[in-house]
Amino acid sequence: MLDDPKPIVSIDNLRVEFDTGEGTIVGVEDISLTINPGETVCVVGESGSGKSVTSLSLMRLVEFGGGRITGGKLEFRRTGGAMQDVAKADMDAMRDIRGNEIGMIFQEPMTSLNPIFTIERQMTDGLRLHKGLGARAARARALELLREVRIPQPEQRLRQYPHELSGGMRQRVVIAMAMACEPRLLIADEPTTALDVTIQAEILALIDRLKRENGMAVLFITHDMAVVAQMADRVVVMYRGNLVEEGPVSQIFENPQKDYTRALLAAVPRLGEMTGKPAPEPMRIIGAEARAQPVQAPRPDAAPVLEVRNLTTRFAVRGGLLRRRIANVHAVEDVSFELARGETLSLVGESGCGKSSCGRSILRLVEPTSGSVHMDGRDILALTRQQMRLARRDMQMVFQDPFASLNPYMRLKDQVAEPLRNFGLARGNDLTARVSQLFDRVELPQSYLRRFPHELSGGQRQRVAIARALAANPKLIIADEAVSALDVSVQAQVLNLMMELQADLGISFLFISHDMAVVERISHRVGVMYMGRIVEIGSRAQIFENPRHEYTRALMAAVPIADPAKRTLRDDLRFKPLPSPVHPLSYAPAPSVYEEVVPGHKVLVPDH
Amino acid sequence: MKGFLNAKGLIGIVLVSAVLLIAIFAPMIIPAEFATKMNMRARLDPPSLEYLFGTDQLGRNMFYRVMLGARTSLTIAVTAVAMSVAIGLPLGIISGYFGGLTDNVLMRLVDTLLSFPALLLALTISAVLGPNLQNTIIAIGIAFTPFLARIIRGEALRVTQMPYVEAARAAGTTDALIILRHILPNIMPPVIVQATISLAFAILAEAGLSFLGLGTQPPRASWGLMIQASRDYLDVAPWTALVPGAAVALTVLGLNMFGDVLRDVLDPRARAGG
Repeated sequence: MLDDPKPIVSIDNLRVEFDTGEGTIVGVEDISLTINPGETVCVVGESGSGKSVTSLSLMRLVEFGGGRITGGKLEFRRTGGAMQDVAKADMDAMRDIRGNEIGMIFQEPMTSLNPIFTIERQMTDGLRLHKGLGARAARARALELLREVRIPQPEQRLRQYPHELSGGMRQRVVIAMAMACEPRLLIADEPTTALDVTIQAEILALIDRLKRENGMAVLFITHDMAVVAQMADRVVVMYRGNLVEEGPVSQIFENPQKDYTRALLAAVPRLGEMTGKPAPEPMRIIGAEARAQPVQAPRPDAAPVLEVRNLTTRFAVRGGLLRRRIANVHAVEDVSFELARGETLSLVGESGCGKSSCGRSILRLVEPTSGSVHMDGRDILALTRQQMRLARRDMQMVFQDPFASLNPYMRLKDQVAEPLRNFGLARGNDLTARVSQLFDRVELPQSYLRRFPHELSGGQRQRVAIARALAANPKLIIADEAVSALDVSVQAQVLNLMMELQADLGISFLFISHDMAVVERISHRVGVMYMGRIVEIGSRAQIFENPRHEYTRALMAAVPIADPAKRTLRDDLRFKPLPSPVHPLSYAPAPSVYEEVVPGHKVLVPDH
Repeated sequence: MKGFLNAKGLIGIVLVSAVLLIAIFAPMIIPAEFATKMNMRARLDPPSLEYLFGTDQLGRNMFYRVMLGARTSLTIAVTAVAMSVAIGLPLGIISGYFGGLTDNVLMRLVDTLLSFPALLLALTISAVLGPNLQNTIIAIGIAFTPFLARIIRGEALRVTQMPYVEAARAAGTTDALIILRHILPNIMPPVIVQATISLAFAILAEAGLSFLGLGTQPPRASWGLMIQASRDYLDVAPWTALVPGAAVALTVLGLNMFGDVLRDVLDPRARAGG
């Protein structure tokens, strides 16, 4: 493919600048790449690498975000066969190209559909504009497109509004819209990042099939090396606005030339690589070997730090004029597990499975409906508000979004000192000393003590959040998607830090995550959650090497593997959509009954 | 510092400090009778060297009246807004932070007050209490409280749902400290902007009350009263309205710009060295 003489896109020395109040920021410094017809080119990079800016420039959408193309050529082969420099095209020509010759899919399927129009209206608008179709012809074409992206009952969907469709269905509609005018190039900017792993697998398979059947070129922007391995023909690695390395997917993965690419690939955990290993292992970081080995499996006879029994949390759905409780969201349903000292138990599952609600119920950030939570033998749910406040000394939390979980108006040292002050653990010079020790502990420079959160990167902020969680010497830290928002290399550093802390301090982690590969790497035990229940729980080896529950297997089948030799994309991928967790007030779910396959490995008995 | 000391900020600071200086020092320099001394032979004289801003219908020197009126107008506006912030802030925060029944009861109360136009409310209160300086302040203060309480509640509600508040709660912080350290600093920017805008409205409200005879009582000078008095002579002596009108307009303009600067200064993200 490399010697194909007729690329559909040829970008030469692209440079994009953004004017801000504080001067000019270079979004893309110097990028050259080509895309051939029928080829998937994956542009991969961490946040701030300029990968999205490159794709937006090709659509000339970058100007709507305050950017300017200040150099280079962006040539696109028009339908007639002539190359046109998009950077110099006028807005009329661009309108003709956008949506017609180049289709685009964005990350967020909810916000890229207009909530006040029906699916039919959104789909037919573009068809009528670009193809000059009449209302009936446009509707017929829309139906055809919905069938092509395999949306069930397309006639019915046309009459629906975006909010009536699930996330996966919405993204299918977005893809159908992008395909509407049979574009010769499809730009997909992180199209599956906001989606659950099973839906991601379906959408990736769909894009791949459309590409093969229509001979379309695909420019695929992503931060996820596993997705790259599954999708790409050719890979372009970007870093800080520059091209690092480019090549066929197998070459990039098997024989990367540049250090950056190697480091990026090393940091990606690969599902299945832990098979046969007895204990968690630190993440691979090139040039920074992990200092401490993770904790081996804790002694089986150790008394559990945390014991959760039949935990149930329901949220009220209110409605009607009087805002009465008309139904319940069954967020957590009869969940039981225990967590030993120095152990990491991961709760995995897709969005809406109740894993976050479970963690928040244990900390009583939401009040559970029933069940019991014992921390060191003490019943947490029976405590008064005041006692609960003091009990939080032993159980801390690290949140998902490092940008929102720190107070923007408070200096970092004050935020880390807060738990120490709350529990009266230190004051004066002692307090200052403790806070600087904590900064050392999470490997942040002392000069950051007086800084504010906005001056830090995402990974640094998450270190501050961890320092804050550590301050009161807790026995348990609940990490709710604590590394999900981080770039892969930063994620590896933060995970290693957490494993080190566990080894040194004997902290127990309840690690809540949707990322199966990370969970496999760092957990001692794993619980898989589905519809508010734990469907399967056991040691890491039991769950990953011998999954028994149908849902666990489906989940693992859907995880993309960061190895182009192991492609799992299949057209027939069709996962069961999640049923609704909303039930009428009278609904009384059956208790969770488990079958113990082997000691410690419990599987939910189906259909009860 | 370059971030917020732009032209707009500079104008705001200059205007506000000019008005403040006048309000503070004019009454010390200019004897009170200068503003009340009538000269029947110089009624409605246009601006001249002798009467810089002209004279009003009783031949009083408009320049002195504007200078001395500044203190009355500002005192009323600042005290009234301070009063409404003092009531609205705790009300709004408690409502937004604790939610539930507390929120419902407090906000229905606020809604009841909101259902009257602010000026009408101020008018009623002023009429009931009797027209004098202190009651004018109370009337405007109460009339402005529901708006502020509503805005503060909305902000408090938004901030309460932020993960850092949840993180603070998970770290064992008491409600009082969460409000003090986490809610309050984060709701201040919109509150400050709203308060400075309210100052502007309060000056106008005082003018409105005076216009209806319920605010400042003659012969005392206030900008609102001057505008009120000018209405019969607009065609023959437009300066009688324009001069106090311009004073109000410049103050309001300055306050708005100053409010923006203040908000930026308080935001660590806009601070230098970031």
